[in-house]
Amino acid sequence: MTKSTHAPLAPMPPERLLELDNVGVHFPTRDGLVRAVNGVSYHVNRGEVLGIVGESGSGKSVTARSIMRLQPKTALDASGTIRFRRASGEEVLISAQDRQSRTMRQLRGGEIGMVFQEPMTALSPVHTIGTQIIRTVMLHRKVSKAEARAQAIALLTRVQMPRPNDIVDRFPHHLSGGMRQRAMIALALACDPALLIADEPTTALDVTTEAQILELLKSLQQELNMAIVFITHNFGVVADIADRVAVMYLGRVVETGTVDEIFYEPKHPYTQALLQSIPRLGKSHGRRLRTISGMVPDPYNVPTGCSFHPRCLHGVRGVCDVKTPEDVVFASGQRARCHFAGEVAISEAAQ
Amino acid sequence: MLGYIVRRLMWAIPTLAFVSFISFVIIQLPPGDFVTAYVAQLRNGGEYITDMQEALLREDYGLNDPLLVQYWRWISNILFYGDFGRSLEWNAPVSELIWERLALTLVLSTISLVFTWIIAIPVGVYSATRQYSAFDYIFTVFGFLGKGIPDFLLALILMWVAFIWMNLDVGGLVSPQFEGKPWDFDKIVNMLSHIWIPLVVLATGGAAGLIRVMRANMLDELRKPYVETAYAQGFGERTVVWRYPVRVALNPFISTVGWALPALFSGDVITAVVLNLPTTGPLLLQALKMQDMYLAGSFILILSVFTVIGTVLSDILLALSDPRIRFS
Ligand SMILES: Nc1ncnc2c1ncn2[C@@H]1O[C@H](COP(=O)(O)OP(=O)(O)O)[C@@H](O)[C@H]1O
Ligand code: SF4
Ligand SMILES: [Mg+2]
Repeated sequence: MTKSTHAPLAPMPPERLLELDNVGVHFPTRDGLVRAVNGVSYHVNRGEVLGIVGESGSGKSVTARSIMRLQPKTALDASGTIRFRRASGEEVLISAQDRQSRTMRQLRGGEIGMVFQEPMTALSPVHTIGTQIIRTVMLHRKVSKAEARAQAIALLTRVQMPRPNDIVDRFPHHLSGGMRQRAMIALALACDPALLIADEPTTALDVTTEAQILELLKSLQQELNMAIVFITHNFGVVADIADRVAVMYLGRVVETGTVDEIFYEPKHPYTQALLQSIPRLGKSHGRRLRTISGMVPDPYNVPTGCSFHPRCLHGVRGVCDVKTPEDVVFASGQRARCHFAGEVAISEAAQ
Repeated sequence: MLGYIVRRLMWAIPTLAFVSFISFVIIQLPPGDFVTAYVAQLRNGGEYITDMQEALLREDYGLNDPLLVQYWRWISNILFYGDFGRSLEWNAPVSELIWERLALTLVLSTISLVFTWIIAIPVGVYSATRQYSAFDYIFTVFGFLGKGIPDFLLALILMWVAFIWMNLDVGGLVSPQFEGKPWDFDKIVNMLSHIWIPLVVLATGGAAGLIRVMRANMLDELRKPYVETAYAQGFGERTVVWRYPVRVALNPFISTVGWALPALFSGDVITAVVLNLPTTGPLLLQALKMQDMYLAGSFILILSVFTVIGTVLSDILLALSDPRIRFS
């Protein structure tokens, strides 16, 4: 980290909505310091969908909560900056904001919406769907209760909720998982946010419902031209929805690029390994799925050098286990954090 | 909702019939009866009573009739004439003996319950949202002390403090000179100087336990995803905490309001005895010792009615507050 927090930051390019630079979030625990997020950089432009992929525990959720300034209370902001461009055009340095600051409370729900993984428990069990949406609308907009209610019904219609006039007065326990996730999305979209953070929004759903919710998010994204940070551990889902992808491993972004670059020309051995571990139609005849060898290291003992080296098929002893790799930037803008990025190509033919 | 309430009330009727019968039987279970106890007391006092006289007494009181007949005599008078029978020991109508005490107990219990809630809920919520803070530790200690010190001991200490340091005369509900006088301003003032001790005793004991429960419930609820959702909607901390998790964490309390009622009628017996309060507890204790069956039976019946009403009441409140319960 070379940047002092006091140095003026160069303004973000005009199309930029969100920018994370070298964000570090650590947890002091009884067993040692957990560097859950260890220098994450990514950005999202207006109207763009960024997919964040990585195995569970790689720091996706903690990073996302830092954008909302809702990280667990024990978390330490170790490094980096998070910036967001408000609807007014001004930049907010979110990382310098207080958890409960006025600005953050305006941003949350007002300009940044969030959808969570657990539709069964993420809605208040003691309030109707309508009440929850109406309260959010009235918090951020100067509207009457009747107007807010009309808006709630319009939102439910927009997320293709069946019988929105009826559902608005229902409690979450009357709804199926898929319907709850639709309600959750309606809630997140209550005030037309420029950015939607969706943290594994379909992980808890069955495959059919998952496809429906993905379809819904895609159409809403185009209709409203909002940006989405779509977090998942499932590469297949990302291919469906994202424009660009960031791959995370042990608290770092190890590779970023467009969907095509990531899927057809992955430059990082971890991305390559992840891709080979997903089943793909038409290509799997007689082929055994490769799984990544070894286990995700526990967060207290992150390997030295490149943290992927104990599991990497291309690691070079004396280099990878000693030196931490920097981002290698390619002409297209694709980036990979590997000493040998681009030199190790997967050969689909060999599969 | 209405159907739910009616259904609950319908169920209360067989419950009450059953409870009244069982309690009547249980009162008669110990060997001997009221006459045995009464005669023993007289003989202890030096009087001479023949077995013949004892048998006549028993016949007079109708104690030789079969149990069912006795039960029916008692319950039918209550149902048809509102007559709870006579207390054998006090030789007075039961209703005369108990209503004033019931009213006082009800007032005392309600006030202490309200105090308990007013103290315990904010403290429990604050302890949970500031877990491991100095505030939290102080009230944890208070909680253990409050639970650990028996009520009667606290009552004795407070009486001693009030008597020695504050020059108040203690014990009873009013000072002797007001006993039996009609209620006027002076008597009410005098009562207030007495009533704070039982209130403090009852409220601390209750609050201590309640704080721990509220804190634990809140800690559970604060971890739930819907709390994070509420923050992510842009609400401030106070709004989030009081509107969402507190609502849910209160439900276990609401479901026990009903039990608080009878518990307060009977649970404060020792405190009431120590403080010499004319509440129901000491009277019931005495009635049971003497096998004064109509008095004891009526008492237990009234307590049961309160329990059943309380339970129905808290079920209804719970259904109103927690939509997941409704109609199921
Ligand atoms: N409150 C916390 N205290 C300590 N460690 C935590 C806490 N929350 C998350 N972590 C750690 O941070 C790491 C990243 O977690 P997370 O961001 O939830 O992963 P992901 O969302 O990618 O599955 C995990 O190793 C986890 O153990
Ligand atoms: S730096 Fe070495 S160990 Fe790390 S991914 Fe690249 S080749 Fe593998
Ligand atoms: Mg996660």
